[in-house]
Amino acid sequence: MTASSSAILGAQPILVNATRFRKAHEAEWERLEYLVSRIEKRSVRALSDEDLLVLPLLYRSALSSLSVARETSLDRALISYLEQLCTRAYFQIYGVPTSALRQLGRFFARGWPEAVQAIWRETLVSFLLTVAGVVVAYILVNSDPIWFYGIMPEGLAAGRDPSASTEALRATLYDNHHDGLASAAAFLFTHNAQIAILAFALGFAFGVPTVLVILYNGLMLGAFLAVFVTKGLGWNVGGWLMIHGTTEIFAIVLAGGAGFRIGMAIAFPGRVSRGDSAIAAGRSAATAMAGAVVMLIVAGLLEGIGRQTVTDDWTRYGIGLTMLIGWLVYFYMPRKA
Amino acid sequence: MSLRRSFVTPEGVDLKIELGSAGSRAAAFMLDGIFIIGIILAVRLLLGSLLAARQIEAVDVLWRVGVFILRNGWFILFEMGGRGATPGKRLMGLRVIARDGARLTGGAVIARNAMREIEIVLPLSYFGASLGAMFLGEDVLLPLLALGWSMIFLFFPLFNRDRLRVGDLLAGTWVVRTVRGSLGHDLVAGKESARRTFTDAALGLYGVYELQTLEDVLRGGRNDAIATVAWTIRNKAGIADDGDDFGFLSDYYAALCARLERGLMLGRRREDKFAASRG
Repeated sequence: MTASSSAILGAQPILVNATRFRKAHEAEWERLEYLVSRIEKRSVRALSDEDLLVLPLLYRSALSSLSVARETSLDRALISYLEQLCTRAYFQIYGVPTSALRQLGRFFARGWPEAVQAIWRETLVSFLLTVAGVVVAYILVNSDPIWFYGIMPEGLAAGRDPSASTEALRATLYDNHHDGLASAAAFLFTHNAQIAILAFALGFAFGVPTVLVILYNGLMLGAFLAVFVTKGLGWNVGGWLMIHGTTEIFAIVLAGGAGFRIGMAIAFPGRVSRGDSAIAAGRSAATAMAGAVVMLIVAGLLEGIGRQTVTDDWTRYGIGLTMLIGWLVYFYMPRKA
Repeated sequence: MSLRRSFVTPEGVDLKIELGSAGSRAAAFMLDGIFIIGIILAVRLLLGSLLAARQIEAVDVLWRVGVFILRNGWFILFEMGGRGATPGKRLMGLRVIARDGARLTGGAVIARNAMREIEIVLPLSYFGASLGAMFLGEDVLLPLLALGWSMIFLFFPLFNRDRLRVGDLLAGTWVVRTVRGSLGHDLVAGKESARRTFTDAALGLYGVYELQTLEDVLRGGRNDAIATVAWTIRNKAGIADDGDDFGFLSDYYAALCARLERGLMLGRRREDKFAASRG
């Protein structure tokens, strides 16, 4: 073999595999590169229907070119060209999510309720922690009002503390100043949403800080309720709280549940690897958390606008209960697989 | 340390993707931060004059919601878009993809960006708290401990080989370099005149590694490198100097490439000159 091959070398231009390969496929690669560059510069919409149909075919043929080139050719320029071309085409074909509108539709139709259903255990734990916080703070403040100042941060109480008179407290429940309603709603939403996102993110530290955030949230609520209930305003504060609270507290409970989910998945991965467990939990819990932010928009509107315009207790209770039932049905209603 | 990682497409081909370095990612984040703060400052300046106008409340609502969306939505919305990258990442030539080769989902993008709350915001706020305690002469120990704890999240990418931050770990994503390049010309084709022939011994000197180094030298086109390499090969193979270094190297490249490729066909890949030559 050695003698004969040397003889051929001198006779005519040799064709190494890369040369043959380039001749056979270069046109396809160039077409693919042209299409991919156009999508990169503008968007998929820049392509005609015909181009769109041919794109996956060109991509697969470039991929097989790459596989063959790696096995048979030693032309490094060819291989690295095909690698970057396939990678760019891959990004455009697999990396691009479906349209924003369709993603949003999927989120509301399936993604969100399914993500909430998936964390029902953690939601329950989060809810029980909130309740525990409420009960403990209520008992503490009831037994000795000094506890109130230990639980509530300065400034948040805004005069609604044990030293306030019944009339002053009643006034805070029904005063309807109509200025700056939308402003208040925007403030409440952004403030609460940031807390919800933090409660979720803190779950990464094995859920421990999330437990504290949720528990503290319950404590503040309990201390606040105790002040009003001891002054005989229990029914009134209930309506004041219910109108937005069923949505807002539910959202915070869910965000906490989402945080627990990732903490649990990392601490106790079960049969799958820790990394895979974290990914599965992270993606679905993040969807639930995004849903909680949507709920907080609704809660912000109910609190900032609804509560100021609706001052009748029965109506407040009605709205709050309707919202709660609505959320429960939306989340936990059985859906076809 | 190489940042090349195996990345298998659904079709089963390994694209050997290159990860973004910690430095370029930090730079991309800085750029995004500058954009966000720049937009906020610019709008603030504009609103300053608008605040004097009548519709104060609408402006206030837009302001609050706008800042919230910029802070939380900037990364999420851009990464959910077709380019999979924020403007900062695009400028640095980076892009977010799912590690398993599947489509990047909305849940993954939200997860990786929500984690910034503990990776960036938490250390920053503890840093602020520590500074504040120091200036006010209060107890610094607690905020400093908290700062140290939160630093774990901030420097997480430096502690794993894939440069994953906490958000990437949880979302199953990683950040890769977007490489673009054009096809280099064929070094072998297009020569009409007769080529030099080489003896088997002369071609048996080198393997794939040397061949591809030679390819780099030929494509690089630097005369001093070409002269040095040509001299080395002639010296080793005992070939007389004919005065045409580039022509000699091109012919030697073609002959060596053909020979090594024939070996490949027979399942014998000779990695470098130290591996045994067989045919």
